[in-house]
Amino acid sequence: MVITVLSMLERRPQPSRAMLILAPLIAVVLSVLVSSVLLLILKKPLGTTLYAFFIEPFESFYSISEIFLKFGPLLLIAQALAVGFRAKVWNIGAEGQMIIGAIAASAVPVYFVDNSSFWLLPAMMVLGALGGMFWAGIAAFLKTRFNANEILVTLMLSSVALQLLYFLLLGPWKDPMGFNFPQTVMFQDAALFEPLFSGVRLNSSIFIPLLFTVGIWLLMEKTFGGFKLVVGGLAPQAAAYAGFSAKRSVWISLLIAGFAAGLAGMSEVAGPIGQLQRSVTSGYGYAGIIVAYLGGLNPIGIVFAAFFLSVLHIGGDIALVTASLPISAVHVFQGLLLIFYLSVHTFVNYRFKSPRTAEQSHRT
Amino acid sequence: MSTLEFFLAGTFSAATIFLFAALGELVAEKSGVLNLSVEGMMAVAAAVGFAVTFETGNHVLGFVAAGIAGIFVSLVFATATISFLANQVATGLAVGILGLGLSAIIGRDYESMTVTPTPGIYIPVVSELPLIGPVLFQQNLVVYLAFLTAVVVGFTLTHTRIGLAIRAVGENPHAAQAQGLPVFTIRYVSVAFGGMMAGFAGAYASTIYTPLWADGMIAGRGWIAVALVVFGTWKTGRIVFGALLFGMVSLGELIAQTMGSVIPTQLFSSLPYIVTIIVLAIISTDRARMRLHSPFSLGETFDGSERR
Repeated sequence: MVITVLSMLERRPQPSRAMLILAPLIAVVLSVLVSSVLLLILKKPLGTTLYAFFIEPFESFYSISEIFLKFGPLLLIAQALAVGFRAKVWNIGAEGQMIIGAIAASAVPVYFVDNSSFWLLPAMMVLGALGGMFWAGIAAFLKTRFNANEILVTLMLSSVALQLLYFLLLGPWKDPMGFNFPQTVMFQDAALFEPLFSGVRLNSSIFIPLLFTVGIWLLMEKTFGGFKLVVGGLAPQAAAYAGFSAKRSVWISLLIAGFAAGLAGMSEVAGPIGQLQRSVTSGYGYAGIIVAYLGGLNPIGIVFAAFFLSVLHIGGDIALVTASLPISAVHVFQGLLLIFYLSVHTFVNYRFKSPRTAEQSHRT
Repeated sequence: MSTLEFFLAGTFSAATIFLFAALGELVAEKSGVLNLSVEGMMAVAAAVGFAVTFETGNHVLGFVAAGIAGIFVSLVFATATISFLANQVATGLAVGILGLGLSAIIGRDYESMTVTPTPGIYIPVVSELPLIGPVLFQQNLVVYLAFLTAVVVGFTLTHTRIGLAIRAVGENPHAAQAQGLPVFTIRYVSVAFGGMMAGFAGAYASTIYTPLWADGMIAGRGWIAVALVVFGTWKTGRIVFGALLFGMVSLGELIAQTMGSVIPTQLFSSLPYIVTIIVLAIISTDRARMRLHSPFSLGETFDGSERR
């Protein structure tokens, strides 16, 4: 029977802690295997490509510093998204929140071109965070007031944010001396983070995600507030009974995500990019979703996942040159990684039916 | 053709893309499976459909290949969510990312190339009627097929045993299984149907509506199709109406350009998304009605056990 063939899983008596740790590792192995097959189909040199992805990123100090440059925004966004995902608040619009954060922060150097005040950078951080929170807040308002599905709203808002960015870059904020390129002026030094070492782009903004991670860890693991947040999302009725509000879960989840994504956008324009331009997000908003899941929605797991995906990004950049691998290959790998992780993660609570139990269910 | 005729005829053509994809998603969701990878399925199918049409010069082959490609991608989603009980929302996003990446790789050698679209069909006599003729009776064959599909899907869901089985599985898979319905099989087939429809939507977009390949050409239309199912409160007739509405909105940018409007084009480009958000908020406000019409088990995994 088809039914019994497809229904091949049964619940474990107890969740498997081993699978919790193994799931991301198995997912990585499976993704590498499938990607290798795809590489062979594309007639790409397998050895060179894998070397470019997993070894070459560690071969120079500069390259390692670039890994940490990617690590920052990925970690920041993923930690915040995981808070929402644990509460079943599906914010998939971190990309848009990041864009609005970057726009809001850029307003300072765009309108105060020659200013070199110490307060420039703090002002940009505040505006960036507020911008992200405002954009996420729209979705929170529409969800709590009008019951509008936050998956669709946050995603649509990302598209709107992108159009707003294009409008500013092609219109009022375009650099008059920029040969008509859609970008703002290069920001003055006072509006940029200090590089940590000379000759690299890694800068002091890396401490924001690290501090944020500690904060989220304390919130989720050590406080009652984190517990209420998750329960409010998972079991709205039970939560209401206990006096926790589902609406508050939505608001807090989205505002935290907007805050983090906005700051991430700010650290991009005030960091490696140094101006506002079209590719300001580098896709961190979407990659953050993958990192959040791959890290098991756990603050510590997410640190490892963010590092792994950063390596992957840098590896992708290298493979682009050494194996002329298209950048979309990285997206394919990321997609595979998440699909495999989500499928393998099921085995934390489930196992394959033994032939005996399968036989029993067949008879019933 | 006058501007008005052009606008109305274009509405039907643009609506065809939304309609195919939304009808497929409707069937998948009716069986209880929320497949958010429509955008990715459409992208892969658009690339495959374009490549096949370009190489063979045969639109039918292009559509068949696109349909198969859509089914293939949807089965990746189905295997993870139905057999391996993976979270539907997250898996949908993952398959979407995978699909967008794959489409870029498949279409890499075809960037900015074009194919000749198939000519419209001129239905004798009635196509000569003023206004109605050009709008309704000079469309591409695929446009008629899309609206015919809407009728067939609507009828099947509400008036046939197959439709009843799909709805039963979507409402309560445990009860459906207890009655002897093959829950897993029905969900697999429903998701695959959604994949095929997304495939046709993609092929129509890349070989007829704008007969050229450009990376990222689906441009959010898959997501609007997902939103259309919610707008239509899971009813076929309202989904057709929604598809026409969004077909019209998506022409806004084109109209603005031709009129040389002072309003920035970016505002028109973001109009479909803004309208989606507003309509979504209006429709969803009535919580009781949304709960009544949405398939009860939508988005939940089903592990085949007797009771949870």
